[in-house]
Amino acid sequence: MNIFQNIPPFDFHEVFVMPWTEFGDVFIWIFVMGFLVTAACGMLGSFIVWRQMALVGDAISHSVLPGIVVAFLLTQSRGTLPMFFGALVAGILTTTLIEFIHTKSRVKTDAALGIVFTTLFAIGVVLISMYGENVDLDTDCVLYGEIEYVSQDLTVSLFGLFDVPVQVARMGAVAFCVMLLIVFFYKQLLVSSFDPGLARSIGINPAIVHHGLMLLLSITVVSAFEAVGAILVIAMLIFPATTASMLSDRMPIILGLTVVISAISSLLGVHLALWLDVSTAGAMSVVVSTLFGLAWMFSPNRGLLVLAMRR
Amino acid sequence: METIPLETHDLTVAYGKKPVLYGVDVQVPKGKLIGIIGPNGAGKSTLIKAIMGVIPLTSGWVKIFDKPFKANAKRVGYVPQRETVDWDFPVSVMDVVLMGRYGRLGWFSRPGKKDREIARQSLDKVGMLPFADRQISNLSGGQQQRVFLARALAQQSDLYLMDEPFVGVDAATEAAIIAIMKELKEQGKTILVVHHDLPTAKKYFDMLLLLNMRVVAFGPTSEVFTNELLQKTYGGRLTILSEVADAIRTQ
Repeated sequence: MNIFQNIPPFDFHEVFVMPWTEFGDVFIWIFVMGFLVTAACGMLGSFIVWRQMALVGDAISHSVLPGIVVAFLLTQSRGTLPMFFGALVAGILTTTLIEFIHTKSRVKTDAALGIVFTTLFAIGVVLISMYGENVDLDTDCVLYGEIEYVSQDLTVSLFGLFDVPVQVARMGAVAFCVMLLIVFFYKQLLVSSFDPGLARSIGINPAIVHHGLMLLLSITVVSAFEAVGAILVIAMLIFPATTASMLSDRMPIILGLTVVISAISSLLGVHLALWLDVSTAGAMSVVVSTLFGLAWMFSPNRGLLVLAMRR
Repeated sequence: METIPLETHDLTVAYGKKPVLYGVDVQVPKGKLIGIIGPNGAGKSTLIKAIMGVIPLTSGWVKIFDKPFKANAKRVGYVPQRETVDWDFPVSVMDVVLMGRYGRLGWFSRPGKKDREIARQSLDKVGMLPFADRQISNLSGGQQQRVFLARALAQQSDLYLMDEPFVGVDAATEAAIIAIMKELKEQGKTILVVHHDLPTAKKYFDMLLLLNMRVVAFGPTSEVFTNELLQKTYGGRLTILSEVADAIRTQ
C-alpha cells in the first residue's frame, strides 16, 4: 500500500491563488484568526516558556472542557458569553488549585499540575457522558477547534469600516490586550521572570506578576480554544516562543519574532490545509513545529548545524 | 543623629513548624564591611531574604534607615546567589545591569539615557564594559558575579546585601569584588556579605556576624574571631573545626 496515495496532487494555482481570488472573504478570516491566536499565544508563550511554565497552558486548556459543560448545564444555552465565563472560571481555578496543592503539601508543581488538570478534565468527560443526550456540545470542536467556520459567525462592524466575525473581533481584542500589557509591564515581567529575588527587593511582587500572567493566560487560552481546540493551543503557546528563542538572545526581538512566526505559520497553515484537505488548526501546528525544527537545525547562533561545524 | 542602616529586633523565621532563625537582634553601624558567617543551614541566606521581606517573618521587625523595608527599598542593593537565576535567559549583560535601575523608575517608564550611563559606568568599574552586549550565558562564573555586582552598583544604594558573592569565582574576580566593596565602604555605604570561607573572612571584614539560627556573636572581627566563639558557631562539625584551627594558626 502506498502511504502517499492520500496526498492530493499539488497545483499551485489551486492551492495558493484560487483561495484569494475565489473565496477571499472566507479565506481571509481563517488566516486572520489563525494569526491572532498564534500571535497572542506566542507573545505570552515567550514569558511562559522562559518561566518554565509551558505546561500550565496545557493544564488550563484541558480544564476548559468541564468549565463549558458546567456553564452549559447551568444556563442551558450555548451562548458565547456563558461558555466563555465557564471556561475562564475553570482556567483560573486550575492555576489556583495547582498553586494551592503545591504550597500546602509536599507535592511538586509538575505533579500538582497533573493532578489538577486530569481531575478537571475527567470531571468534564464524566459530565458529558452523564448528560450526553441533553448536552448539545461538540467534543470535536472543543478538542480540535473549528477555525474553518469562523467566517460563518455573526459579524460586528468595526469602526463602521469592515464587518468582522465576532470570534475574530474578540480574539483581536485579546491579542491587542496581551501586546499592550506586555509593553506596559515589560520591566516587571522581565525582572520577575529572570530574578524574582531582585524583583521582590525593588518592590515588584513576583507573586502578583505570576497571578496576572496566569489570568491573562487563561483568557487567551479560552479565547483561542474555540479556533484551534484545547490541545493544539499548547502548540501555539510553546512553538513560536521556542522557535524565536532559537533565533535570538534578546527578549524584545523574541517577542517580535513570535509575531512574524505566527503570520508565516498561519498563512502556510491555511494553504497546507487546503491542499491536503485537512484540519486547518492541525496544519498550522504542523507548520509551526516544522519552523521550530528548521530554527533548531539552522539557527546562526545555536543551530545543530553550526554547533556541528564548530566542533 | 545618623540613622542606623539596618536594625532587626527579635527577627524570627520558621518554615512550617521548623524554626530557621530565632530572635535575631542586630544594629548594623554605617560604613562597615560585615561578614555573615556560620555553618550550612545556619540561616545566613534566610536572614538576608527576611530582611528584604522575600520570606515572611514569624515575629520581630526589620528597619532600614529607621523605616520599614518597603519604605526604604530603594536604599538597599541586593546581590542574590549566582545559581538562583537562569543564565540562559534571553537578556544581555546590559539588560541585567539596567534591572538595577528598575527600582527607581516609575510604573511604566523605561530606563533612560541617564540609567544607561550609570549602567555603563558600573560595568566599567567591574571591568565588564566590553561585554555589555553579550548574552549572559556566554559568561564565566566570575564574569557572571561581576555582572551582578555591576547591577548592585547601578542601584546606587546605601546598604548592600550580598549572598555568597565569592562562590565559584576566580582569584582576580575575588580581588576585584573586594576592592569595590572597600571603595563602597569608603563612600560611607554599609555592606553585609554572606560568606563561608573562614580564613578570608578574617582578612576581608571589619565586623563579623556569627550566626547559627541565633546570633552567636556580632562585633569587630578582632573581637569575635576567636576559637571559642567560632566553635560555638560551628558546633561539633569536625571538618569545619579543623578548618577553624587552621585558620587561627595561620593568623
